[in-house]
Amino acid sequence: MIRVRELSKSYRVGNHQLDVLRAVDLEIERGELVSIMGASGSGKSTLLNVLGLLDRFDRGHYELAGREVGRLSERELARTRNETIGFVFQAFHLLAFKTAVENVALPLYYRGVPRRRRQRAALEALESVGLREWANHRPTQLSGGQQQRVALARAVVGRPQMILADEPTGALDSETSERILGLLRTLHAEGMTVIVVTHEIEVANATDRLIKIRDGKIEHEG
Amino acid sequence: MLERWIEALLTLGRHRTRSAVTAATMAWGMFMLVILLGASTGLRNGAEFVFRDDASNSLWIYPSVTTQAHEGTPTGQTIRFDLDDITAIQRAIPEVEYITGRFYPPDELTIVCDGRKAVFPVRATHPDHRHLERTEVTQGRFLNAIDLARRRKVAVIGLEVAAHFFAGREALGQTLMIAGAPYRIVGVFDDIGGENERRMLYVPITTAQLVFAGGRRVDQIMLTVPESRISEGERVEAEVRRVLARRHGFSPSDPGAIRVRSMIEQAAEIRGVIDGIELFTWLVGLGTSLAGVVGVGNITLIGVQERTREFGVRRALGATGAQIVALVVREALTLTVLSGGAGLVLGASVLELLGPNLPANELFRDPRADLESLLVATAVLITAGALAGGAAAARASRLTPAEALRG
Repeated sequence: MIRVRELSKSYRVGNHQLDVLRAVDLEIERGELVSIMGASGSGKSTLLNVLGLLDRFDRGHYELAGREVGRLSERELARTRNETIGFVFQAFHLLAFKTAVENVALPLYYRGVPRRRRQRAALEALESVGLREWANHRPTQLSGGQQQRVALARAVVGRPQMILADEPTGALDSETSERILGLLRTLHAEGMTVIVVTHEIEVANATDRLIKIRDGKIEHEG
Repeated sequence: MLERWIEALLTLGRHRTRSAVTAATMAWGMFMLVILLGASTGLRNGAEFVFRDDASNSLWIYPSVTTQAHEGTPTGQTIRFDLDDITAIQRAIPEVEYITGRFYPPDELTIVCDGRKAVFPVRATHPDHRHLERTEVTQGRFLNAIDLARRRKVAVIGLEVAAHFFAGREALGQTLMIAGAPYRIVGVFDDIGGENERRMLYVPITTAQLVFAGGRRVDQIMLTVPESRISEGERVEAEVRRVLARRHGFSPSDPGAIRVRSMIEQAAEIRGVIDGIELFTWLVGLGTSLAGVVGVGNITLIGVQERTREFGVRRALGATGAQIVALVVREALTLTVLSGGAGLVLGASVLELLGPNLPANELFRDPRADLESLLVATAVLITAGALAGGAAAARASRLTPAEALRG
């Protein structure tokens, strides 16, 4: 699914160059449930952003689902994000002025799916996370756990091959976190590749494979 | 497609106060542009009304008294035109389009028909006169060359004259007595110059010269040139002076020997002033509208800055940078077109309602914004709205999704 070779990325902060990813090598197979763990500033979120095509990298090679990412155009990158990847963010990133069902339907809007089909698929996705009856509520009317479940429904509505979750339980209590992790495990059981970035060992322990990152380098895989 | 525009409208609705204030600025700008355009059209219509009666490409030439001695002839010589002057001008200046002389019969001629008497002005001219006065023959015909050659006693009468003597009856073929001589009516005319022109009778210049013992005297020469450009008028005027000076023995540079009234010059001067006013109007109107567009641009820019994270989410979910730009441009266009369109419609409505009710005035008539101006204003509006939105959105589209998500 993912093949990364010698991947590097740095930021310029004033006169200093900050190397965030340093020659990272990584392979993740289709259908794996993987966690990437590291301390704050270790580069784990940047790695997730690069893997999710949300950010560019400076050097190296990244092959996603058989395609060399460095060669993709802006339009192809957007299409790949839409069709291949589903995102779950720590801060949920739901659009506050849209209802739950409208938020969930958004990836299908950018895929050009007609309105009725979008609506139907979005309701099914909300059903799968147990929020069918909350479809017409806005995010501000939902609890944190419910918002994250809406975000999860939005991530899966387009049936992507891979879910990238950035600290998906970071803003949730333990009971709600467990429910979210359960949903991620269900998706994995259905054959989806799930990559979770976390700094919580409990979350990492819930995955099949742990990748530890430190100072921009893969420190340990197991 | 409709869904996208509805979404743009809903987005504007989320910031009602901000959108309303910006819309009001934009609407006011367009309202003022339309009102100013209407006002300048009113001025132009006024100028055209002033020239409605006469060909604006004409020169009117009057004989006068010399003010310069020339080849042994002292100053103070009275110049008199005759029919040969007209022939000479026609031969020397082939670009002259229409030419006519006017012979002034005595004032206050009594016209008699079937025992009824009235006083109407009589004009003795050549056939081309109808082109210079824009005389519209409604029945029969105007004077022709045979009338002049045979010095026929024929008359073409105005609608007021026909109404006075022949109300409800056929005027053509009837006979009028002008100063005691019988004239057969061969035509009836209308003239947009107004009531005074419609009270006129036209007779052949040669007939009037004979009847009123005028010999071959011509009191006034009028001609038109094909192009109503000042340079063309000036060139023809100089040529006319040269021809008449040679024939009457005065200096071509003598400003007093003949008087020339150039309608070309007058019309061009007035049009020049109106063109200037119109340009000024456009500048002021567009300036006012531009203030509205800047407002839309500012509001859009603020909106874009506030919504950076939203754009990041949209891009993460599959939107391209171009789709984000299109989203913002749609919103700016919606605001610009709706508010500017409202100002445009309001301005046009005010002109439509007030215009016909304004008191009649020769300098300002029928103010209205013509379709062409409204189309130009609309195009300016749409372009400006797209630019305002596009400029603001370009910034958002340059960020990577990760940068945008950080806000």
